[in-house]
Amino acid sequence: MHALYLAWKYIIFNKIRTVTLVACVTLIAVLPLSLELLLNESERQLLSRAQTTPTLLGAKGSALDLVMNSLYFDDEVPELISMQAVEEVQASGLADPIPLYIRYKARRFPIVGTTIDYMDFRELHLAEGRQLAMLGECVLGANVAETLGLKPGDSLLSSPETVFDLAGIYPLKMKVVGVLRRSHTPDDLGVFVDLKTAWVIEGLVHGHADVSKVTDDTLIMQRNQNGVVASPKLLHYNEITEANIDSFHFHGDAGLYPLSAVIVIPNDEKSKTILRGRYLDKNARHQIILPEVVIDGLLENIFRIKNVLDAVILIVGLATILALLLVFALTIRLRQREINTIFKLGCSRMTIAYLLVNEILIILTLASLVCLGLLLLVNIYSSDIVRLLFIS
Amino acid sequence: MINIQSLDFFYPDGDFRLNIKDFNIAQGEKVAVIGPSGSGKTTLLNLLSGIIKSGCGSISVAGTDVEKLRDSQRRDFRINNIGFVFQDFELIDYLNVMDNIIHPYRISKALKLTPLVKQRAQQLAEQIGIGDKLKRYASDLSQGEKQRVAICRALLPRPKLVFADEATGNLDPRNKGRILDILFNSVDDHKATLLAVTHDHELLPRFDRVVDFLQFREQESD
Repeated sequence: MHALYLAWKYIIFNKIRTVTLVACVTLIAVLPLSLELLLNESERQLLSRAQTTPTLLGAKGSALDLVMNSLYFDDEVPELISMQAVEEVQASGLADPIPLYIRYKARRFPIVGTTIDYMDFRELHLAEGRQLAMLGECVLGANVAETLGLKPGDSLLSSPETVFDLAGIYPLKMKVVGVLRRSHTPDDLGVFVDLKTAWVIEGLVHGHADVSKVTDDTLIMQRNQNGVVASPKLLHYNEITEANIDSFHFHGDAGLYPLSAVIVIPNDEKSKTILRGRYLDKNARHQIILPEVVIDGLLENIFRIKNVLDAVILIVGLATILALLLVFALTIRLRQREINTIFKLGCSRMTIAYLLVNEILIILTLASLVCLGLLLLVNIYSSDIVRLLFIS
Repeated sequence: MINIQSLDFFYPDGDFRLNIKDFNIAQGEKVAVIGPSGSGKTTLLNLLSGIIKSGCGSISVAGTDVEKLRDSQRRDFRINNIGFVFQDFELIDYLNVMDNIIHPYRISKALKLTPLVKQRAQQLAEQIGIGDKLKRYASDLSQGEKQRVAICRALLPRPKLVFADEATGNLDPRNKGRILDILFNSVDDHKATLLAVTHDHELLPRFDRVVDFLQFREQESD
């Protein structure tokens, strides 16, 4: 007990040395263990999401970009496809398509343009409010609502694609009508809107004052039998309300409107095989992929990198342990005078060794406690950390 | 209190040799040991306290033949019977004054630290004039205060013998006298015997007896 007391006194007297030693020991333990925790969590998140998505249809190109954008709402937008792709799948009668248009953001959270089927497919349930019913409405993932402090009845502005996009997409003021229950998936980070609302954000669907009824001639540049050319002065709505919803209309062929991907849910294994076969043609503009296979490939690479990291951590760990041993050896040399004094007073060499061992034990205990605390934190927030570091 | 007969000590790897045929100190005596550096004064203290063994001759301290004790017995004998006051005080820098005073009780099972011991330590510190500095670290004390702490540490286990190895060597003249007064008074209060190694000839008249170590070197050359 006295040895522990004396060791503790020495440790708190030499605070900087103690903090340095504790930090070194903690790092040696925390780094590989937290990396292991995070990788396991990322594997769980990536795989579970991929396993629940049977097939994904998108433009030919990077399968990884397609999966990361469609399943994890990654910033990298794959090459776009059109609504025709959805119609083709529907027409085949082999599968149910769920279109996705994930391109824009609202206060750094991805806007997921889709249909109501997506909610059923991902088994997303409302915590409060109601589902999407009208153009310009949005339903928020749990994290979005929590972070932005929004609830049904509030509104949320979409963000321009870039700050320099002055002539491009105008922000759309969306009405929050519902908040989803936490699902511990990337859906917690999504701002869900109807596909048409996503197109409104892009400017493909828009609403403005009725040009047939305007009294101000400066609002009209040209009027003839084919139609009316409005001047830039004409009021465009940036919020969809019951009063102006009827003025919103499509321009161009709706079948050519863009999508980032289509989740394809085949009727059965046979339908899946047939569908996949249809997109194997080299000249096909689209590809149909199995997300699980893509993610397996990604994980293989991650674990290959992890092995390298493990080796690096092992070497750094060994070097740190050697440095720690050196520190302890130097400490004994520095304390030689104290050791000689207490030996002269009547202390045994065994007790002196016991004093030093207690000091090491206290440092290891402190490091273990800090390590445990950090690992607990990593474990609690692993889901968010993984989404933030590896997936988003 | 101390009786040395036919002591012959030398270090195997040097030409130092200490030869004492007969040396006695009575109980309660205050003896100063003088002699040039390297004459073996500190070696004598180490032999008497059992830190080193001669293997030749007999050393009796407080009725115990130190030479015949085993290693652990010598340590217990030392901590129970001998109080050390060193020239550089040798206080533990990471302990406060109180912890320094009771330190011998924390490093050996031969002494038991009880609330009574702590109370005695406090009384001793008050007697010596450092009662208000018990919570301070050694590094915050003056030289004189440090030596007072060292004296308290030496006297707390109520030793029969106090060995002072140049205990005033690092003090200014004013503090030297004060510390010696404190040491003498404390030794008297505890009815202990004092054996002090010193180079300071001004202090010698205050001791009961002065032993010049040159005589042991002369004995050797005889």
